Parts: sequence; C-alpha cells; structure tokens
Amino acid sequence: MEVAQQETLTQAAEKQAVEVSGSVALLEALITEGVDTIFGYPGGAIMPIYDALYDYSDKLQHILVRHEQGGIHAGQGYARTSGKVGVVFATSGPGATNLVTGLADAQIDSTPLVCITGQVFAHLLGTDAFQETDVINITTPVTKWNYQVTDANELPEVIAKAFYIARSGRPGPVLIDITKNAQIQKFQLRGYTPCNHIRSYRPKPIVRQQYIQQAAELINSAKKPFILFGQGVILGGAEKEFQAFVEKSGIPAAWTVLGAGAIPTDHPLNVGMLGMHGNYGPNVLTNSCDVLIAIGMRFDDRVTGRLDKYAKQAKVVHLDIDPAEIDKNVKTTVPVWGDCRETLPLLTAAIQQKTHPEWLQQFHDHTKQETELVIEKELNPTTDEMTMGEVIQQLNEITRGEAVIVTDVGQHQMVACRYAKFNNTRSNVTSGGLGTMGFALPAAIGAKFGTPNKTVVAIIGDGGFQMTLQELGTVMQDNVDIKIVILNNKFLGMVRQWQELFNEKRYSFVDMQSPNFVALAAAYGISGKSISDRKDLPGTLQEMLNHKGAYLLEVMVTKENNVFPMVPQGCSVAEIRLK
Amino acid sequence: MEHQEGKQEFNITVYTENQIGLLNRIAIIFTRRKINIDSLNTSPSEVDSIHRFNIVITETEDVVRKLCRQIEKQVEVLKVYYHTNEDVIWQEMALYKVSTDVIAERVSVERLLRENGARAVVIRKDYTVFETTGHREETDNLINILQPYGLIEFVRSARVAIIKDSEGFNSKLREFERLEPGEDVIENEFLNDGDKVFTM
Repeated sequence: MEVAQQETLTQAAEKQAVEVSGSVALLEALITEGVDTIFGYPGGAIMPIYDALYDYSDKLQHILVRHEQGGIHAGQGYARTSGKVGVVFATSGPGATNLVTGLADAQIDSTPLVCITGQVFAHLLGTDAFQETDVINITTPVTKWNYQVTDANELPEVIAKAFYIARSGRPGPVLIDITKNAQIQKFQLRGYTPCNHIRSYRPKPIVRQQYIQQAAELINSAKKPFILFGQGVILGGAEKEFQAFVEKSGIPAAWTVLGAGAIPTDHPLNVGMLGMHGNYGPNVLTNSCDVLIAIGMRFDDRVTGRLDKYAKQAKVVHLDIDPAEIDKNVKTTVPVWGDCRETLPLLTAAIQQKTHPEWLQQFHDHTKQETELVIEKELNPTTDEMTMGEVIQQLNEITRGEAVIVTDVGQHQMVACRYAKFNNTRSNVTSGGLGTMGFALPAAIGAKFGTPNKTVVAIIGDGGFQMTLQELGTVMQDNVDIKIVILNNKFLGMVRQWQELFNEKRYSFVDMQSPNFVALAAAYGISGKSISDRKDLPGTLQEMLNHKGAYLLEVMVTKENNVFPMVPQGCSVAEIRLK
Repeated sequence: MEHQEGKQEFNITVYTENQIGLLNRIAIIFTRRKINIDSLNTSPSEVDSIHRFNIVITETEDVVRKLCRQIEKQVEVLKVYYHTNEDVIWQEMALYKVSTDVIAERVSVERLLRENGARAVVIRKDYTVFETTGHREETDNLINILQPYGLIEFVRSARVAIIKDSEGFNSKLREFERLEPGEDVIENEFLNDGDKVFTM
C-alpha cells in the first residue's frame, strides 16, 4: 500500500467535516504538527487517547517510560537535540504531578514541550474524584501556557495554539489538560489549521534599528570588548550568524553552560566557560572589559556571582528575544530586543572588522595559569585514582567531539562542560537552570530519539543515576542505543565539595552507597563494565562505543576531588579561586 | 498606608484577553516574590473582549518595572503600564449598612450625606445603605462617623484608576495594536466562548 498517497483524516476533514472523537482529533493534530515521537505513560484518565493511539502506531511512535518524570525529561532531551517540540502524555492526578519537575526544568531552560494530561470527567471536576488534581493550577508557575479542555470542539484550536506558543519566541513548556469526556466526545472535525497568531502574544519584539546603531557604536569604540553567549543563539538557530559576528568583531567570546556548542569549543575566539565553575580568564576579565555584549543569555546568578560587583566598569549591550530579561539582573546600556538570528546580522553589518590581539592574549595568559594549576592536574593526575576530567578527556578524544553529551547534575556535570569539546550545536544537553538530579538517563533516551544518527553519551553521577534508574527499563524495551557513563565517587560530590570548603568538612549525609550498577544493568539486559584502573579506561571506552546497543560503564573515580576554578557563593566573579 | 524606604504606591494597569486562569497567572507573579497586592480590580475594558486589571502595590519603581515585564510575558496579556499616584486619578467605592431606626432617630441624615458626599442607595424599614466614593481616607471617614451608631456591614471596592495624561490608555492600546499587529489573524472560535464551551 502506498502510504504516501493516503489522504490523512485531517485533509479529508478540510473538504468535508468528519465526525471523530476528541482523542482522534488530538492525534491528527499532533501528526499535522509534525510530531513523530511521544514519550508517555498511560492511565485511567488518558485511556481514550491511548486507545486511539493504538490505531496510529504506524505514524506516531510511543515510548513507554517507567515514570512520568522520565517521560518529560526524555521529551526535553528530544527537544533539545532535535530542535523540535517534545511531546509527553501522562494521566491525571499522580501522573500529571510527576511532570512538575520536568516542566520547571523546561521552563527555566526554555525547552519547547507540549504535555498532554488526562483529567477526570468534566462533571467530576472539583469533587476530589479518583486521581483528580488541579493540574492547571499546580503547573501554572512552571509552564509558558496551560489550558484545560472540557469539550472536544476546542481541541484542534487549543493544540494549534499550544504548539505555536511552545516553539515560538522564547520557547517553553505548555500543558494541555483534557477531561475524559472531551477525549471520548464525538464532534465534527473541520480540518486543522496551525496557529501563527494570538492577539495578545508577541513572540518576538520588533527590532529597533536605533538600538542596533547604538550597540554598533559602542562595540566599535571598545578597547576591551567581551561577548557572553547563551542558549539563545542555539534556540534562535543563529549559530552561523553568531560566528560571523564573532569573527568580524574579533571579540573574545565565552559561553554559559547552555550556550556550549553554539560555536565549536576550539574556535580561536572561544575563550571558555563562564560562571561558578567556569574558566579563570572569562570570569576574571568580566571585571576588566569595557563593553560587555550578552547574547541570548540571562545573567543567571551562577554566571554573575555577586551582582553588585559584576562588570561595574562595563557598558552592557544585551541581545535577547525576551524583553523581561533586559535589566532583570544586570543594568543594560543598550538593549537589542529581538530574535538574535535577525539582530546579529544587522549588528554584524554595522560593526567594523577588528582584531583585539592584546586583549585576547590576556585570556590566553589566564588559560595558561589555569592549565598549570588546575587543568593539568585534572587531566594528567599523578595519583593512581582516576579523575572525572581524564574520563571526559579520553571520551572526547575517542568521539572526536562529535558525540551528544547528556549530563546529570553535580561535579561530573561541571567537569563534563569544562573538559568536553563540542564541535556541534545541540550537543550539550544538561539541566542548567533547575539543576535536576536524575535528568540525564531519561534525557539521553530522548536525545537518542532526537538524533538517532549520533552517539549519545550520558554522563551521570552515582547519586543522580539512582534518582531515575528505573528508565533502564525503557532503554531495555526500546533498545535505545545510549552509552551510560557513571562517574562514581561514592559521594554526593558537589555537596561534599561545599561541605569541605565552607562547612569545615562536616560531611552531612553525602556518603552514598550504591548497588552493583553493572549487575543492575545486566538485569535489564544491558551490557556493562566497572573499571577503577586507569589502564582500562581507553580500551573500555572504545569497547562501550563499539558496542551495538546500550552500554553502562561505571568508572570509579577519586573520592574527594574538587571542581576548580570556583567562584564561591556570594563572591565576585573576579574572586574566582583556582584552589 | 505606611511607606517603606524607597517604596511607594504604584498603579499597575494590565490589558488582557478574557481567559480562565489568567488571574492566577498574574497573581503568582506577585506571590512568588512575596509582594502583597494592596488592591485588585478586574473588569471588561472599553475594547471588546479585552479585560483590564487595576493592581495597586507598594514597591520600588525598579521592582514594579520588572514585575510589569513579567506580567507582559504572559501569553494572554496585551499590555502593561504602571503609574504613580501622581499620574492617575483614582477612586474607591464604599457601601455602609446601618439601622434605619438608629440613623433616623439619632443622626441628622441630611447633614451626614452632605458632609461626606454620600448618598443613600437603599432605604428600607430595617436598614439603610449609604454609598460614598473617594480616596481611602475619605471613605474611612464615614466609617468612623457611623461606627458609634451600629454600623451593620461595610464593604469597599478595589481601586479604579484612570491616567491623568489627556491621551489616556485607549489611544495607547490602539496604537499598540496598530504598531504590532500579527500577520493573518486567525480568531479562535472557541477560546473566547466561555460558558458556551464549558459544559460542566
């Protein structure tokens, strides 16, 4: 049968209204929006949708996760790597509340998601019915938009609006709660029109030419200009435009954790990572530059340290799509509102071609200092025990910086961001803003579905892995070819580091016992190995990458190692410590 | 109202779509920052299907500006403005219920109405309801006068405020719609239907 020539139900409905259930209308809408993968978990209140899905399994791939939190993190991983909207299904009550962490994570990291939750029958709303929770009110603070559908007639318009809101402007998570009666209800479907306008919604501010000119004048007159870039470059799909701007301006550029990969790590003007565990030069020199150009980043407190001592000497140019970010944390001299894919070429055209060799050299000098005092020790340790840094370094060499690295939260996350080399955009997936432990395993599953042709490596700590390890079941069932590297230091490492540095080594409840991870993986039919000897590292990493299908590698790393440099909480970025 | 250092009353005006749950979305922006709303009024505006919120808070201008930007980020919010008390004319309405017998016997009603700019809304055998409109101090004044005579019930509305500037909000709003129109307007035929759609 020639599937391509088959008319979809939506196309048929455009000619003549077709009677369908709310559930069918939803699935038709998803297909028209280009959805091919759904992460979810069925339950009583979403059963009509799942029943309809049974007939759509040739068009919509459904990944049965083991917990709704796993489902939404997988949706995030999928969205972050593919650039598409992640779609998640969950049932009412506990199913819906299990999405909250992922929603908050997606909200703060601007990840486009459409989550569909089942809800009790409309006539039962507010009666404390079985598995009823007020999911709209629970999720309001952690969604870009949410809406409860109680009548199937609303569904096509609401889903169209949901996708438009999730993916446009500054992306974010949207939740649509559908009562069971609306899923069952038959109505006349009259086709499906994707949404491209909402009267009250301005996804992109108008680009104001006078600000472009003012910004260009500041940049042209600067002696020590400095670029800070964030995920906005990636979300705007403006990597090429950004690189052109950096290269014409000749300005050193440093990245936030979520901005990693927007230009390759080895680009000569890429001077490293910003923030609490970022590189020495970018942090120190933030307080020396004369013009600070922030692009698609939001001056998170992990980036700025103490705000009252942050770049006070600099004039600030801030490019952002979200007007609420301008002046939120750092006072801006010139705001450049707009999508950076539109604003960057205008700015590039208005600036002079320049180089700043002496200024750039200052970054290199600091890198040299950091290499001697920190990087060398981390990557080439003299002790028998392995460091997290050398594992990342080896992995990087073998994958030639082409892998998608999904990290959990903690020391290993900062080490991975610091030492991994990202040749490609959308190759660093991590929970940046919310810092969600348990993120990496399910997000890596989603990342693999988002980029099936790439090697996906999840780097996870022994603590974070135990938060969502049930998703090994998903890996097993769907043969998800991800490589899981557990960097086991038998501690909640980042908390322990703080306790060591700031709480006089009072290691309060951070000593963590773990199960036999390899045996656990084996129980799920996943191959694996645990190593603690340096000589086994390259071979086992290669074995892992060569292995067809999922693989779990546990690397026992040194227990009490700290991530340096570090800007202690409450300190200025210039007070960054190298030890 | 006691003013903390650098803080003053601000009148925030929010133009929104008429959407269930939006009040909560806007309120959360304040509660999340532990900011108390002194007064909140919401009603349909002069523009069809657009609602107008009047919110009064006591804060610094810097905080208010940031709050307004966060409110404006909400999908169903069209535009947000903020003004100091000097920039607006505002009123609150108050209703006072008192025993008709007491008031007739012991108070010179006529004088009371004249002195306080009040008017009787309802006069029944058992009680009379007076109404005044004005600033907080003015409506407070009549409470003090009526309290000794057995004030039965009192209620005061939220503040409504209108900009002093002769241009006003209307033209600003229309200018906003003119400057930033969307392409190919697709009106959602169900989202604004409220009761017709919500079947519970």
